[in-house]
Amino acid sequence: MLDKSGFPIELSGANTPMVSFRKVRKSYGSLTVLDDLDLDINAGEMVSIIGPSGSGKTTVLRMLMTLEQINGGVIYVDGKPLTHMPKGNQLVLANERHLRSRRADIGMCFQHFNLFPHMTALENCMEGPVQVLGLPKAEARDRSEELLELVGMIAKKDQHPSRLSGGQQQRVAIARALAMRPKVMLFDEVTSALDPEVIGEVTNVIRGLVSEHNLTMLMVTHQMGFARDISDRVCFFYGGKIEEQGHPSELFGTPQRQRTQQFLSAVSEAV
Amino acid sequence: MFDWKWDFAWEILPRLITATGNTLLAAGAGYAIALVLGLFLAIAQRTPYRGVTFVVRELVEFIRSTPLLLQIFFIFYVGPQIGIRLSPWMSGMMAIGLHYACYLSEVYRGGIDSVPKGQWEAAIALNMTAVQKYRRVIIPQAIPSALAGMGNYLVGIFKDTPMLSVIGVAELIHTANAIGSEHYRFLEPFTMVGIIFLAISLPAAGLIRLVEGRVRRKLGLN
Amino acid sequence: MNFFDFVLQYWPRVVSGTGVTVAQFILATILGVAIALSMGLMKLSSSKLVRASAITYIEIFRGTSLLVQLYWIFFVLPLFGVTIDKFTAGYVAVGMNIGAYGAELVRGGILSVAKGQWEAALAINMTPAQRMRRIILPQALVNMLPPWGNLMIELLKGTALVSLISVADLMFETKQINSSTFLSAQAFGIALAIYYVLARFMVTPFMRWLEDYMARKMGRA
Repeated sequence: MLDKSGFPIELSGANTPMVSFRKVRKSYGSLTVLDDLDLDINAGEMVSIIGPSGSGKTTVLRMLMTLEQINGGVIYVDGKPLTHMPKGNQLVLANERHLRSRRADIGMCFQHFNLFPHMTALENCMEGPVQVLGLPKAEARDRSEELLELVGMIAKKDQHPSRLSGGQQQRVAIARALAMRPKVMLFDEVTSALDPEVIGEVTNVIRGLVSEHNLTMLMVTHQMGFARDISDRVCFFYGGKIEEQGHPSELFGTPQRQRTQQFLSAVSEAV
Repeated sequence: MFDWKWDFAWEILPRLITATGNTLLAAGAGYAIALVLGLFLAIAQRTPYRGVTFVVRELVEFIRSTPLLLQIFFIFYVGPQIGIRLSPWMSGMMAIGLHYACYLSEVYRGGIDSVPKGQWEAAIALNMTAVQKYRRVIIPQAIPSALAGMGNYLVGIFKDTPMLSVIGVAELIHTANAIGSEHYRFLEPFTMVGIIFLAISLPAAGLIRLVEGRVRRKLGLN
Repeated sequence: MNFFDFVLQYWPRVVSGTGVTVAQFILATILGVAIALSMGLMKLSSSKLVRASAITYIEIFRGTSLLVQLYWIFFVLPLFGVTIDKFTAGYVAVGMNIGAYGAELVRGGILSVAKGQWEAALAINMTPAQRMRRIILPQALVNMLPPWGNLMIELLKGTALVSLISVADLMFETKQINSSTFLSAQAFGIALAIYYVLARFMVTPFMRWLEDYMARKMGRA
C-alpha cells in the first residue's frame, strides 16, 4: 500500500532489503548534504562507504541512527519505516515513541568512541541491556563479558576508559553496541582517531564480526585496504549521491567513473 | 488578599527615590574603594617577599570567608572603641570597600594570571620598571578577562548596600522599613524596593555583558 | 574583661548560636541544591514556558539581594496569608537565593558534557530521562563542583543575615552580647573567628574531598 506521496507503508517480499533509503534528502539551510539518495543494503551485507569529506557519508549513518532529522524521502529498516510512521494509510514523520521502538534495531560506533567515563568497560556494556532492555543484571553481565571476550578486552573489564588506549576504548565501544543485539551495525570512521599501530586491533575485531555473525553492517572509512578486504560492496559517495558502487574488486580495481578514479588515485598517493 | 494602595505607593515614591540615590552613591563609593584597594591586594600577593604575600593572602581569605554584615558591625562598633570615630556612612563604606576589595583582588589575580608568561619576559627584556610593566603591559591585558568578574561585583555591591541599614544608613531597605513602621503598611514599600532593585540590577547586568563583549571584540579576543 | 574571661562567661550562647548557624546552613544547602537542579534542568528544557519560568525565578532571585528577599518572605508574605516562622523563613530565603545562582552552575555543568556522550546514550536507545540521570548528570556533577565550593561559602555568609529577622544564630547572639556588654571586639571577634573556621576548615575541605571523590568515581584520580 502506498501513501499519497508514493512511499510504501511497508516493504515486504522475499528480497526486502534490511536497510533502504528511498529518495532521501538532507540539507542544512541552503546546503544540501544528501540529494535524493537511493540505497539498499541486504541482510547480512557488509557495505563500506568511501568518499571525500562533505560528500554526505557520515550523514547517511547519522540519519540511520536518528541523530539527524530527515528532510525528504523515507528510510526503512527491516521493511518498516524508520523516519516515518504509519497514520491510517499515510506516512507521517515519526514521533519520539516510534523512533525509540525502531532505533532498537540499530547500533553505532563513533569516531571518538564516546564511552561513558564514569563507568568501567564492563559497566559501559551492561548499561544498555540493564537500563534500556530491562535485562536482569546477571544476564547483562554474562552477555557483556562474552562480548568483551570477543573483542579481546575481557582482561580490562574493570578499568575506566581513561585507563585505556584509543584502540582498547574503541573495542569496548563495539562490545557495548553489540550488547544491544542490533540488526544493523554502523561504524562511523572508527579508526580515524586512532594511532596507526592500534588500528589493526579494531579492524581485526570488525573482520571477526563479518565472518562469524549475520549482522548487517555499514561502515564509513578511510581505510581503503580494509574496505577492499572485507566488504561485500563499496559505495563511493560524491556530492550527496552515490557516484559509483559495486564489488570491491570492481570498484577499486576498475573504477568506471572519473570522479571515482580521481579520488582513488589521490588517496593512494597520500599513503 | 491583594490590598495594594496606589495612592500610598505614589506618596512614598519620592522618599524611595532619594533613598535609591543614597544607595547608588554608597554602592559607587564602595566600589571605587574596592577597585583601587583590590588592585593593591592583588599585586601585593605577587611580590617576591614571602612574608608579605602570606599575610596578604591570609587576610584576603579571612575577609572573603566571613560575612560582610559581621564586618560592618565590627568596624562600626570596634572603631570608636579604639579611638577611630566613624559615622555610620563611613564605617559602612570602609567595610564594603574592604570586603569587595578582597573579591576584586581575586578577579584581578585571575586576569593577571591569564596574561601569557612571554609578556612578562618581554617587559623585562625592555628593562621596564615594575610600575611600567604593570601599567603599560600587564594590566591592559589583564582587564578583559577580569571585566566579567568586575561587572558582577558592581551589581553585587549594589545589592549588598541594604546591609548598611543595620547601622542606620538611610538606604533603600532602611527607608522602606522606616516607612513601614510609620504607616503600618509594609506591602508597598518592600515590593517597590524589590522592583527598584530589579529595575537597576537587571539592566546593569545586561549592560556589563554588552561592555564585556565590546571590549573583547575591540581587543580582538573573540 | 579579657578575652579568656569573656569566653568563659559567654560560650554557651556562642555555641548555641553556632549550632543554629550550622542548622541553617545545612537546611539551606539541601533546599538550594534541590532548587538549583530543578531550575538548571528547567532552563535547558525544550518547552518555552518551562524555560521562561526558570529564567524568571533565576533573574528575580539574582537581581534582588538576599536581604530584600528575606524581608519580603518574612514581612510581606504574611500579608498574602502565608505566615512562616522565622527559622524556616531564614533558611528558605537563603536556599532560594543560592538555588538561583546554583542553577547557572548546574546548567553550565550539563552543557560542558561532551556532545558525543548524548549521542552515545541515544545510540543505545536510552530515554531522555535515563540519559540525563545515568550519563549526563554524573559527568556534569564533576564539572560543576569547583564553583559550587565558592557558592557554599557564600551560603554560609548568607546565613548571617537571618539574624536580622531575629533568628538566634551566631550573628544574632554576638550582637546581643555586644548590645549588653559593649565588648565589641571580643564578641564580634569571636564570631569572625568561628565563621572563618567553619568556612576554611570545614566547608572548603569538605568540598575538596567531594571533588576528589567524584574524580575517583570517574576513574580520573
